[in-house]
Amino acid sequence: MKRSFSLRLPVVAAAVTAASLVAAGCGSSSSGGSGGAAASVPGITKTQILIGSHQPLTGPAAPGYSEIAPAANAYFQYVNAHGGIYGRKIKYTYLDDGYDPAKTTSVVHQLVLQDNVFAIFNGLGTPTHLAVVKYLNSAKVPDLFIASGCDCWDNPSTYPYSFGWQLDYIREGKILGAYIKQHFAGKKIGYFFQNDEFGQDGVKGLDMEIPHSQVVSRQSYVPTNVNIGPAVAALKASGAQVVVSFSIPAFTALLKLTALKLGWNPTFVVSDVGSDPITLAGLLEAFAKKGGATVQGNQLTQGIITDGYLPTLGNTGNSWIALFKKVHDTYDAKAPFDGNVLYGEAVAYAFVQAMVKAGKNPTRAGVVKAIEGGLSQGASVAPYDYSATDHGGIMGAFIGVIQNGAIVQQGPVWTTDTTPSGAVTPFTGTQPAAPASGMP
Amino acid sequence: MTLLRHLAAAIVAGAVIWAASVQLSAFRDFQMAQIAVYVVAIAGLSILIGLSGQISIGNGAFMAVGAYATALLMTHLNWPWWAVFLASPAVAAVAGAVVGLAAARLHGPYLAGATLMLAVALPSLANQFPGVFGGDQGLSVNVFPPASLGANFPQTRWLAWICALAALVTLVILANLGRSRVGRNWRAIRDDPVAAALAGLPVGRLRVLAFVMSAACAGLAGAMLAVTTSLVSPGSFTLSLSIALLAGAVLGGLGTLLGALWGALVIVLVPTYVTDVATSHGFSGGVAANIPIAAYGVVLIVVILIFPQGIQGGLRRLAKQFLPTPPTLGSPGRRPPVSEDVGPDSPYRRPPVSEHQEEGTS
Repeated sequence: MKRSFSLRLPVVAAAVTAASLVAAGCGSSSSGGSGGAAASVPGITKTQILIGSHQPLTGPAAPGYSEIAPAANAYFQYVNAHGGIYGRKIKYTYLDDGYDPAKTTSVVHQLVLQDNVFAIFNGLGTPTHLAVVKYLNSAKVPDLFIASGCDCWDNPSTYPYSFGWQLDYIREGKILGAYIKQHFAGKKIGYFFQNDEFGQDGVKGLDMEIPHSQVVSRQSYVPTNVNIGPAVAALKASGAQVVVSFSIPAFTALLKLTALKLGWNPTFVVSDVGSDPITLAGLLEAFAKKGGATVQGNQLTQGIITDGYLPTLGNTGNSWIALFKKVHDTYDAKAPFDGNVLYGEAVAYAFVQAMVKAGKNPTRAGVVKAIEGGLSQGASVAPYDYSATDHGGIMGAFIGVIQNGAIVQQGPVWTTDTTPSGAVTPFTGTQPAAPASGMP
Repeated sequence: MTLLRHLAAAIVAGAVIWAASVQLSAFRDFQMAQIAVYVVAIAGLSILIGLSGQISIGNGAFMAVGAYATALLMTHLNWPWWAVFLASPAVAAVAGAVVGLAAARLHGPYLAGATLMLAVALPSLANQFPGVFGGDQGLSVNVFPPASLGANFPQTRWLAWICALAALVTLVILANLGRSRVGRNWRAIRDDPVAAALAGLPVGRLRVLAFVMSAACAGLAGAMLAVTTSLVSPGSFTLSLSIALLAGAVLGGLGTLLGALWGALVIVLVPTYVTDVATSHGFSGGVAANIPIAAYGVVLIVVILIFPQGIQGGLRRLAKQFLPTPPTLGSPGRRPPVSEDVGPDSPYRRPPVSEHQEEGTS
């Protein structure tokens, strides 16, 4: 013990740290930025656009979500194989953060300071991305198309470089709420939601549309506690005839099975996040098997009402589904063609749109300006809201019903905003067909 | 005298770190801050295990306590970073005292189990009280360099400075504590609590004190983690953090402060380095993502196989073999180096000579 507390300890400690950092940093110590050539844009060369992302490739959020970045990369490879963007090929470096905000900070600093990426693209997760959003904006790094439905990104005065993409949970709650108000007038409604920004924002949206007198019970859950029996019993006791659920797939399945056990069969309305029929059917069968029962997954999902902001996977006649299936089969064939893959390719398409619009000599400020000038509707069923004052993203969705294991669209696409007074109105335009070249 | 020597050494070390931080890139400065965080956390744990002979799988939870204290003090009371770096360890120390009072009565696997529960349960409190702790999204923390350093002073360099300062102060305190009477008493209760009690040492109180000190270190590390991450949320304080601290302490060499540095270097640098290599060699996504975890496991296995006393113990063994001044055998009064010291649960611990003899003593 004596030696470890010797005089030299802190000096040795400091020298070792410095030496190992210098060794690890060989060749990259000039990348601080201040001394570089003034004209050069980080991440952009004559032949390449380098972008980065933080993704949960391992850890609790990895199942399903880890398919997104490879799918986006598949679309970028398709673009690269067809000439790139003004001759530049996209290089997409996505690093694993394990859904841990501390690791997110670390990998994003690495991407921005060491790898010198042009932009952070599709960083996944609300708690994870919240850890870096201020840093990215103070460093003036474009923070494009965040993979989270939190409406916290839509704040151009505080976060001028950040843009959401997917339908946010408040809009989604309003669209589901408006449907419930119209189709289940006078019925008793119960809420079941995840107790974080996802569920709370969803409830906020629902409450803007559904009369409060109709809501007879509000039950929440946390994803770390699978014992939802008391919450479901309370919903049943309240006499709810319709249950609206802002839940992730595992908890949608638990909700359905617990209700089944109680002999209770209300109408279920489930948010897009927790209603993928393929995922749900698998979970229902797996959970039931654990409990010693056998169920038909697709039978149990029959009739669940949900919504969607991308074309349904089963709609093979849709030109976007055809394009993305083709890209998937060529560049990402090992993954299943499911909702996550569709999402990854669709958001990658939006990035290429933005870069094309930013022109032949893109800059960080230039791409922000290009998106604020508006992006034309791409793979989503509703247009984008992008402007200098709106950084939200997709504005609307259709209502769908699960039939025989697939979502079937009911009626028109609905659009709305995130304010209590904004009406939910049918979208009168039609989705443009995917370009024949497959590129914007 | 000892204190003066340690202080002088710390000042020299600070100068080296300052020079390095100015030379290195912004990202390396950031990594320096991260290393400082883990040095403090691992040093606190390593002293607890190596000197007082108690184990904790819950130090990640004490880090959470320190980090949330930081976020709340900065958000609601606008405290400056230095005040928070003093207050957060104090808050964590109080938590450590509460746990330590119970822990002092537990040994080995029971203590591990109790602290494990802490690591699992405590961070999820943030989800139970989202109004105070911000739920899953957490609370944001922002520390910016003072205006006097100029508008373009890199934030990461400032983080490296304040974290390195905190780490050096912690190391000086721990080094002195280890050589003080408290440190000697800890070793006594570790080696043989019964003998220590017979010699008049308050075993329970010493154990609680070690726990408090370890929790305070974890609390400071939590505060440092909060300012480097700029967000405090439950996702950062999972069980795997507590396990990583334990692994870092074992990897570096239990009970040694230099060992804490080795452990921190492995935890911070190995994943980044391996990720760079894995992605630049074009592994497929699923494989590349898991390589850093695998590499970490391989390092752990190799080190424990080759250097069962951790990196620091291994280096000492090598130094003994190659340096010209081998210790004379049987020199009186010479304690074996710490790498050969044993805890109460170590298989190397000398057993009582015989059961009969033990009975005979009563």
